[in-house]
Amino acid sequence: MFRFIVRRLLQLIPTLFGLSILLFIWLRRLPGGPETAILGERGTPEMRAAIRRNLGLDEPILIQYGRFVRRMVRLDLGTSISTKREVTTEFLQRFPGTVELTVTAMVIAIGIGIPLGYLAARRRGRFLDHASVGGSLIGICIPVFFLAYILKAVFSENLGWFPSSGRQDPTIGATRITNFFVLDGLMTREWDAAADALMHLVLPGMALASIPLAIIVRITRASVLEVLNEDFVRTAEAKGLTENVVRRRHVLRNAMLPVATSIGLLTGGLLSGAVLTETVFAFSGIGAFLADAINQRDYPVLMGFIMIIAVVYVLVNLIVDLSYSLIDPRVRVR
Amino acid sequence: MTTVGGKKREKIDRLAELSAREDERGVSLWQDAFRRLRRNPAAVVGAVILAVFVLVAIVGPFLVPYSPTDTMGIREGVVRVGQGLIPGHSAEHWLGYDHQGRDVFSRMIVGARQTLLVGVVATMIGLAVGALIGGVAGAAAGLGGRWGRWVDGALMRFIDMLLALPSLLLAVSIAALLGPSLTTVMIAVGMVSVPVFARLLRGSMIAQSNSDYVLAATSLGVRKSKIALTHVLPNSLAPVIVQATLTLATAIIEAAALSFLGLGNPDSAIPEWGVMLADAQQWLGIRPALAIYPAVAIIITALGFTLLGEAMREALDPKLRK
Amino acid sequence: MALLDVEELSVTFARRGQRAVRAVDGVSFSVDAGEVVGLVGESGCGKSVTSLAIMGLLPRQPGLQVGGRAVFDGTDLLQLDDRSRRDIRGRDVAMIFQDPLSSLNPVVPIGLQVTEVLTRHRGMRGEKAAREAAQLLDRVGIPDPKRRLKEYPHQLSGGMRQRALIAMAVACQPRLLIADEPTTALDVTIQAQILELLKDLVRDSGTALVMITHDLGVVAGMCDTINVLYGGRVVETARRRPLFRQPRHPYTVGLLGSVPRLDAGRGERLNPIPGSVRDLLPWPDGCAFAPRCDRRVDACVGEPPELVLTHDGRSYRCVDPAPVAGLTPGEEVRAAAPGQAVPGSAPAQAVPGDPPAVPGLAAAPSEEETP
Repeated sequence: MFRFIVRRLLQLIPTLFGLSILLFIWLRRLPGGPETAILGERGTPEMRAAIRRNLGLDEPILIQYGRFVRRMVRLDLGTSISTKREVTTEFLQRFPGTVELTVTAMVIAIGIGIPLGYLAARRRGRFLDHASVGGSLIGICIPVFFLAYILKAVFSENLGWFPSSGRQDPTIGATRITNFFVLDGLMTREWDAAADALMHLVLPGMALASIPLAIIVRITRASVLEVLNEDFVRTAEAKGLTENVVRRRHVLRNAMLPVATSIGLLTGGLLSGAVLTETVFAFSGIGAFLADAINQRDYPVLMGFIMIIAVVYVLVNLIVDLSYSLIDPRVRVR
Repeated sequence: MTTVGGKKREKIDRLAELSAREDERGVSLWQDAFRRLRRNPAAVVGAVILAVFVLVAIVGPFLVPYSPTDTMGIREGVVRVGQGLIPGHSAEHWLGYDHQGRDVFSRMIVGARQTLLVGVVATMIGLAVGALIGGVAGAAAGLGGRWGRWVDGALMRFIDMLLALPSLLLAVSIAALLGPSLTTVMIAVGMVSVPVFARLLRGSMIAQSNSDYVLAATSLGVRKSKIALTHVLPNSLAPVIVQATLTLATAIIEAAALSFLGLGNPDSAIPEWGVMLADAQQWLGIRPALAIYPAVAIIITALGFTLLGEAMREALDPKLRK
Repeated sequence: MALLDVEELSVTFARRGQRAVRAVDGVSFSVDAGEVVGLVGESGCGKSVTSLAIMGLLPRQPGLQVGGRAVFDGTDLLQLDDRSRRDIRGRDVAMIFQDPLSSLNPVVPIGLQVTEVLTRHRGMRGEKAAREAAQLLDRVGIPDPKRRLKEYPHQLSGGMRQRALIAMAVACQPRLLIADEPTTALDVTIQAQILELLKDLVRDSGTALVMITHDLGVVAGMCDTINVLYGGRVVETARRRPLFRQPRHPYTVGLLGSVPRLDAGRGERLNPIPGSVRDLLPWPDGCAFAPRCDRRVDACVGEPPELVLTHDGRSYRCVDPAPVAGLTPGEEVRAAAPGQAVPGSAPAQAVPGDPPAVPGLAAAPSEEETP
């Protein structure tokens, strides 16, 4: 187990290394540069050159890259060109929002998706089955940002049940510790702050959950149907076990294996794919900030954020693989 | 008795004859899959949706009542955005005007062609690049020995990198590189699906490489490159083709998302559903229908591709074959 | 009275838009307490479906119809509601399946898979259940049972897995054990061990055993009474020795002829039955085996052959059975009307011990059966 983790983490190093080279070349090939973003179209060639010199962008690309790697090794990601703040600070401020949103979406998707998928499989060919299969088809086919707008229009603007934008009502004046607003509220016992942050998560969480929910319903249904046909379920029935035990111990535990894999992939995808939802709900996570950073050619932010996201993605998948080996004894991690 | 019994006996003799004959003639995987597709209502619905979509995309532009770029509403003074006036459906304009006074119905019809083009080209890009990487990796891993495993490892690390990159970010940076345009959208959407195709083809080829017929071919002395091309590859294609059908659906949706983020074609003169949907967000307060028409069109089209793709997956699944 | 009486059991699968398939078409047989009964036939003859129907384990699906009766100890198992059926399953009637790997849950340790039966039917929990489970594994010949309890199915060999399955089946000392091809998926040497184990368990505990198999070797070694199935019906029933010595139904003759024999000359060919089980005639139209039968006559077609009870307590369903040397057809007692006799049952007293080697001389007239 330990060796497995170490080996996977070691595998991360060449991946990150390759990714950084790729990114470096790519970003430097983008037309325009930070100086254009700062000066706009008016800057004189002298002013542009000065800015480039200041940022160290006039040096040969190999030397720039060497400097970047040296800093990386010390876990220093540099300073944002546009906000003049440490990239790490920016990240720690924004990433928690995206994590909160992703977790909310996955809780919704898993909490509804697995029971619904199970019931659909058990009632195969009946109304609930057709409804959930049809619903999940539509869930896959509906553009997320369009769904986000509909949710916002209906539940926020018309019914007024949920706030329409932001992560928290600024007038609450909540204390910040971790920048996970819900967690902060719980830790400081500012219940109203936690509740308010939670309310802000509902609509974007629902919008973001649509695709993973649809996928989890489908995978759970297919997987349960397959397991129901397995010989060992028949054995369990032959033993006269109660329906409850057969369901929990023999059907669901096996049916969860493919679902677990897909949950890992989906979570990794959501962490990076929340941009659209964050945009519609003006939810300050990493998505919108990254889109800005591209327009501003904010190289340190782009490099740093993408590298960290890649690490998080790999870690999430590592956790999934580990938990997989916990549910399935046949998969021994070595 | 004799007549009835005689007839029955004929029947039995026929049966006996049948039983003595060879097993029923073989049916190819694709023939069998097609037969089962036709029996699947979901597949039929999907195919009908797509047939209508493709037909509209081909002949639609010749049949529309108005030019999709004619800003007649502004010219005639019926559309006054400043005063919040964008008229809805009427006898002349079935779906009303858009914010620039153009006929929405004509734009929807003509937009089908661009939308189809974006989906198809993006999928082709993803399929071509992904299948190339996955095919080489799969052939190398399945048949290539130590050196092959190295090639496979390197290619898979590259795919890992692509996967770890946030897909929209990938798209955004391609857009930054090429400037916002329809080509950008197609390339960006295509690149996002590269890792999926690559992993799928590789996995499928490795599974095929471990099968007995490959062992048989190897033991007969067939060259490895020939085995890979003539045996392993064709047998591995089914899941890739299914995935391509499903990707057509996501490509159209993702293209709409990129347009929404402002990376699509800035020249909204050429109508495309994604761009129309993105443009309409500004006018949600005045006429939400402007967003709903293209959104529903996108959803139905994506549904068509998904239904057909899922039905194909079922039809080609060897586990479900009898 | 018999422990299990299956009467006119029929199972029909109907799928929407497709012709209904009658997998089991009026199967009747009975099992006495402590008896070993074989159900023999090619794959597709309905023997597995029969056992699953008795256990109530057929996959619930629309279009499934089960008819007839399966009376176990006075109660018709087919009429029970779900709960009482679950109470009986695993406690009074247990079952062993063909493929031990796929029949065990891969993600649950062997121990829990044994103890869950004990918990369900004998109310044992915790340490007590674990001790009993270890004893059960020991009894079915699994070495080092304490350690095995913690292991998962994939860590056991094929033979060990089947032993574990048997342990689960006998955990509550059931009165009837149904074994559906228990040795088919195993190596030959392991097969013999498992059969020995089953024999011992049955002898020691007095459990009745229904042995479902296509392997005549298994039948020859174990069963007291044998029912040969074809096309979803019992076509011949006999005690073990008479059946092997003097098969009457052409299908039984064919089955025995398909088995390679050591004492056959080297040049002698096997006699396979032509065709396959799929080429059957629906029973209402005549004898299902007729299309493949080499003794086919006109009378085979038109209506199903009636069940014939012979003077030595056997029964078969054929209008032109294989002849017995020294016995003219007229000397056989023919009990027509299948509804009146208890079909498929071969009364034990009809064959005291096993009849001597010379066929035809075995049965004294006094042992003749009357319907």
